[in-house]
Amino acid sequence: MKIVVLLKMVPDVVEELEIAPDGKSLDTTYLRMILNDSDNHALEEALLLKERHGGKVCLLAPDAPEVDDALFAALAKGADRAVKIAGIDAAEGTRAVVARIVQALSTADLLPADLILTGAQAIDDLDGLVAPLLAQTLRWSHLSVVNQVRFDASTGVTTVTKEFPGGLRAEFEIKLPAVLGIQSAEKPPRYVPVAKVRAAMKSLQIDSTTVPIAAGMPALEIQSMAKPSAAGHAEMLEGLPEAVAGKLCDVLAAHGLL
Amino acid sequence: MSGNIWVVAALCRGRLLDATYEAVALGRELAENLGTKLEVLLLGHELKDVLGTLGIADAVLCVEHAALADPVPEVHAHVVARLAGTRHPQAILVPQTNVTWELGSLVAGELGVPYVNSCTELRMVEQTLEAHTVLYGGKVEAIVRTKHAPSIFGLVSGVRAVEKGYADHAPATERITEVDVQPTSVQLRRYLEPEAGDIDISKEEVLVGVGRGIETRDNLEVSKELADVLGGAICGSRPVIDQGWLPLSRQVGKSGATVKPKLYIAAGISGAPEHVEGMKGSGLIIAINSDPQAPIFQVAHYGIVAKLLDVLPALTEAIRSRSRRGMKQYA
Repeated sequence: MKIVVLLKMVPDVVEELEIAPDGKSLDTTYLRMILNDSDNHALEEALLLKERHGGKVCLLAPDAPEVDDALFAALAKGADRAVKIAGIDAAEGTRAVVARIVQALSTADLLPADLILTGAQAIDDLDGLVAPLLAQTLRWSHLSVVNQVRFDASTGVTTVTKEFPGGLRAEFEIKLPAVLGIQSAEKPPRYVPVAKVRAAMKSLQIDSTTVPIAAGMPALEIQSMAKPSAAGHAEMLEGLPEAVAGKLCDVLAAHGLL
Repeated sequence: MSGNIWVVAALCRGRLLDATYEAVALGRELAENLGTKLEVLLLGHELKDVLGTLGIADAVLCVEHAALADPVPEVHAHVVARLAGTRHPQAILVPQTNVTWELGSLVAGELGVPYVNSCTELRMVEQTLEAHTVLYGGKVEAIVRTKHAPSIFGLVSGVRAVEKGYADHAPATERITEVDVQPTSVQLRRYLEPEAGDIDISKEEVLVGVGRGIETRDNLEVSKELADVLGGAICGSRPVIDQGWLPLSRQVGKSGATVKPKLYIAAGISGAPEHVEGMKGSGLIIAINSDPQAPIFQVAHYGIVAKLLDVLPALTEAIRSRSRRGMKQYA
């Protein structure tokens, strides 16, 4: 089974985010980038499929700060090959990025493949989701919000479980090749020791491919970006833990909850 | 710009999801703003008993076909795109539920028109549709404009009161049975019912919700002790469930339960839109988070910036000592 996993770096929202002076983008000066959470789950699901059925897991990621660290970590976990798409500007928008991914799949010799897995969403998706748009462009089967992929080697049938609201799940049979938007892997993403990542950095390499900018994509005009206004903000309780606990008890008592 | 406003209904096994009514509420505001009509697009097969609550809209376009019985996104998206191609709505609003998750992007992709993800507000400004959207887990709001008609807007759930989009009567209904069905290689096999948990969190009056900030499975114990003294239960946001620290039956949010307890204590939960839509209706929300910018403080009534492992045990102890004092008073 040949699987391509699309990975993307996103700002770490645990850190404080600042708006750039243009008022329309994030200030990248002190921005810490991490692997998009559901992309990490897509990687895990791909590695589980490889363990069960053999094959290869290839990674494709737009170039971004700290992407090499994420790619070497993924190689250390068991991925076979990593390719960066050079020269992508995050401000291009999802449609343009998808067009570049389609080209990169060819130029980096990643096709044919059975599956392309990526995260069901990213925290910076403004103008569309990668998985459905990519499936549509490639004319491959598609489902998103997926939390399990099963392949029956004896029948060649692939079944995919998709999350529905309220804890409901649905099982679909899907023909390959397919693009799947993974919400969560069957198991939590595996941990890889730093020593193994360092070893991967010494012995393995990351390929790079360049593809032209796609023209004529419908773009959005960003007017402004801002941190949420204080409207409706919680009343903040301050003090040492014991003092805060006392104040909270007063609040609970006032609401008839004690 | 002319053309109607469309809301694509989110149906799950023949039942309208609340996000549909929220979308209808926003669609109504926009239609008034533009002086145009609001139409709800209902796709399915043998649709019954769902039209009677959509009266806030001016009309329902009821698209019925056997091929639309199952929620296969590419089939539904193609039908919406073809209808839009002949009827020319100026905006298509799609609630971002798990059922309709792929739909907005697919429709926009097929029509070659802009899509705006995670919208909370829509209005006409200077002859242009302006959308407010949330990014970065709710930490940033962006305002974007699109002049293209139609543009497609994905709507975040849990922003508007469901009641505003809910009516006790049906609007005018147009039935459409001639549709262009796209062949698909995705087939629904079966639904897998939610795992029955030890408790039903949607029935609890007090919930202590734990998120990524709890850091380790062992630390769940402090939140469980707090839930115990309050006579409630613990539940979690997605990262805690994905780690396997709590069972699926305890998940609150888009893929889990929607809860409305009297008290919800959000412990180490950042407040991403996907979680907030599942707990926003709680009576009293108290948030504890070490990040002063955590979006959960936008929805909480009371907030504390602190480490969980400092505050939770202190609160448990304070409640215990008060109840002891209370017992003595009555002794």
